[in-house]
Amino acid sequence: MKRIFLTLCLCAALLASCSPVDLNAPMPTFDTGIDPNAWAQIPAGEFHFGQHEDIESTEAYEIMITDVTAAQYADFLNTALVDGYVKVDGDKIVGFYPGDVFHGVKHEEKIEAGDWLFIPLNDPSQRIKFDGETFTVQTGYENHPMTTVTWFGAWGYCEYNDSRLPTEIEWEKAGRGEDERPFPWGEEILRENANYYSSRDPFEDMSSFGSRTSPVGFYNGQMYDGYQTVNSASPYGLYDMAGNVWQWTGDVYEGMHYRFMRGGSKDTYDMDLRLWVRNNATPTYFSPGVGFRCAR
Amino acid sequence: MQFIKDRFNYLFNSTKGLILVAIAMVGIITAVWGMLSGPMAEMGVREVVIKLLGMDIVQSEREGRIIILYHSIAMALIAIETYMVTGLLKMKAFFKTAINAIITVGYILTMIFGMGFAYFGHNWAFHGVYIFGLSLIFFAGVLLCIALYPWNKEYYVTDNEYAHTKSGFDLERAAFFATAVTTVLSALFGAVPGSFFGNGFEAFLAENVIRLPEKTTMEYSVIGHLHIMLALIGIMITLIIGRWLNFKGILHKVAMPLMILGTIVLNLGVWGVVTPLEPIAHMVIYVGATPSMFAALLLLIWDWDKLIKDGTAHIQKPNLGHKLSALVRDPLKFGPTWQMLFMNFTTSGIGIFMAIKLDEVFRVWPAREERIELTGHWHVLSAIIATIILLYFGDMNGFKGKLRQWYGWSIIILSDIAFGAVTVFEMKRLFVTEAEQQPLVNGLMYAIDFGLGMLLVILAILLVYRLTDLFKNKGRWTEELDHELAQEVNQ
Repeated sequence: MKRIFLTLCLCAALLASCSPVDLNAPMPTFDTGIDPNAWAQIPAGEFHFGQHEDIESTEAYEIMITDVTAAQYADFLNTALVDGYVKVDGDKIVGFYPGDVFHGVKHEEKIEAGDWLFIPLNDPSQRIKFDGETFTVQTGYENHPMTTVTWFGAWGYCEYNDSRLPTEIEWEKAGRGEDERPFPWGEEILRENANYYSSRDPFEDMSSFGSRTSPVGFYNGQMYDGYQTVNSASPYGLYDMAGNVWQWTGDVYEGMHYRFMRGGSKDTYDMDLRLWVRNNATPTYFSPGVGFRCAR
Repeated sequence: MQFIKDRFNYLFNSTKGLILVAIAMVGIITAVWGMLSGPMAEMGVREVVIKLLGMDIVQSEREGRIIILYHSIAMALIAIETYMVTGLLKMKAFFKTAINAIITVGYILTMIFGMGFAYFGHNWAFHGVYIFGLSLIFFAGVLLCIALYPWNKEYYVTDNEYAHTKSGFDLERAAFFATAVTTVLSALFGAVPGSFFGNGFEAFLAENVIRLPEKTTMEYSVIGHLHIMLALIGIMITLIIGRWLNFKGILHKVAMPLMILGTIVLNLGVWGVVTPLEPIAHMVIYVGATPSMFAALLLLIWDWDKLIKDGTAHIQKPNLGHKLSALVRDPLKFGPTWQMLFMNFTTSGIGIFMAIKLDEVFRVWPAREERIELTGHWHVLSAIIATIILLYFGDMNGFKGKLRQWYGWSIIILSDIAFGAVTVFEMKRLFVTEAEQQPLVNGLMYAIDFGLGMLLVILAILLVYRLTDLFKNKGRWTEELDHELAQEVNQ
């Protein structure tokens, strides 16, 4: 009898592990009051780069204060489709990329000039919808970061808007300022600082769909339906430089086709939210946990 | 006073006492520091532990702290294996005493002062003592090599059941010797880059640089060091288990030369990564790993065959059921080799699959995903070695009857549930998307936490039992005081 009971418990646990996830579960909507069209000025000069605080410097540049939102990306696709900058290719949106120099290093793959995947349309976690003519955003996700976008799709958006993806150095400086802080807001991390794995924000439910993105600029000190956030802007006023979504950066390194991401995401532990932590993937990779912002 | 002296004498002057102390030290570190990550961190336990113990956690020093933590646990593990070797193999009494004493002081200093330095403010005197502890362990390793010197005619064997040359040169002892020598040399392989990066404390974790096409010699050296040390710990425990079970016969004669060959070639391959031979180093490593793993397979075949034969000796024509029943009758004798087999599903098999599908599958995923596979892979391997030690330790404790069954099967089943779940977690992207993974992740996490948590509970019960036993005048400890592991080798 005991054995049957234990076996049944085990089967129940296994079945619970295989239960389907409702990717369209109701999403709370909040207006954060942060303008995703705003840019921050980053002055020229030196700063502490990386975990070991090497000194690096940059020229002056501007960078978006938030990640590119799904609404911004839908607007881009609508105009870019008309302009012929992007094309619909079955279940994909593709665009031209001029290619990289190939060095033949071990594990390096050729990135040749041609049409590359910007975004998939058939991925269940894609929040951009296409009716054959117009791109729209799934209701509730308008002010969330654009995700499920490849590096090419991020690169294309920025280029189309007369900007570019920030280099890793630029990204880190914008997040860190001139001191040695590990997080954009300072030395330590609280759950109310950022959207990360099991941070108990209003958008996650670890018993079913897990973590989800939060609206850009959510962690700005406001209270949302009783959930108090801590203002977590970087010294230059950027939001979501830690957590929410990994952000593609623009560097193309010799001998490797991988593209680097920064910032950690809703799916990573707090250690990956430290400003110097790097992640990378092939440029065709897309995920509900990866987005981007532009610099110019 | 005599009360303390007797217990101290048992704990630090007998093989089983020394093993008990080292297991207790590892258990305490694992229990406390296990609360700083994973689900414990999610539940907020980490913050409580940090405050309660007054830890000084600096974000940028996480990698350095982890390196010291790994070394602290690994040194205790090395000490346990050393005690087993000195308890199982013939050697001069002086060497045995000196090796055990030096390595004990070494790992305890390493552990206490290393962890003190890493987690409780940076007292540089502590760091110095930590390095001193590591140096003592190295010195004990050198002494062990001398003690095991297989060309000493005193240790030649004549029994034809065991692998030896015509002149009597003991090939099993040579395998122990080769493993000890290569371990000492491979420790240097870590010590040199350790000093290099330690000068300025630019610590890094190997899994974080794995995809970079350009690596420095020092980085290669660190990567090589951590791989070979774990492999050598695995090879040594295989030899130890073989000796405890009294591995012999034709399979022993085939296995021991393979073990020697595999160990040497494997090390040459790993050391080759910092030489111009780097492009072919991996091939050499595969060539070295194959005979070592085949030798372990021969041990497994011999052990299972013996368990079946011993267990069915009273039956004239045993059927499959009889044989299976005989095989699993004693979990402490069956468990170590079963865990070695299980390792192929959770570690070796996964590693080979990853190597074959690396660019096609695994390197399409983000580096952080690959990191999960890498860290899961070697955490499981380390933990499997730990369970093998615990199974052998159960036998050392003289568990009999139902206690033996419960202890042995609990360790096997609980650990295999956890390790199996870790393996599925590592590979989850093959069958579930990121957006849809949460229920599966939850189920796997429950399995992992349940398996490992219960394993720690069993260890805690065992340690409490041994602690209470120390307060008895005629406790088990008195029996173990003069009892050597060599006396308990299967006959």
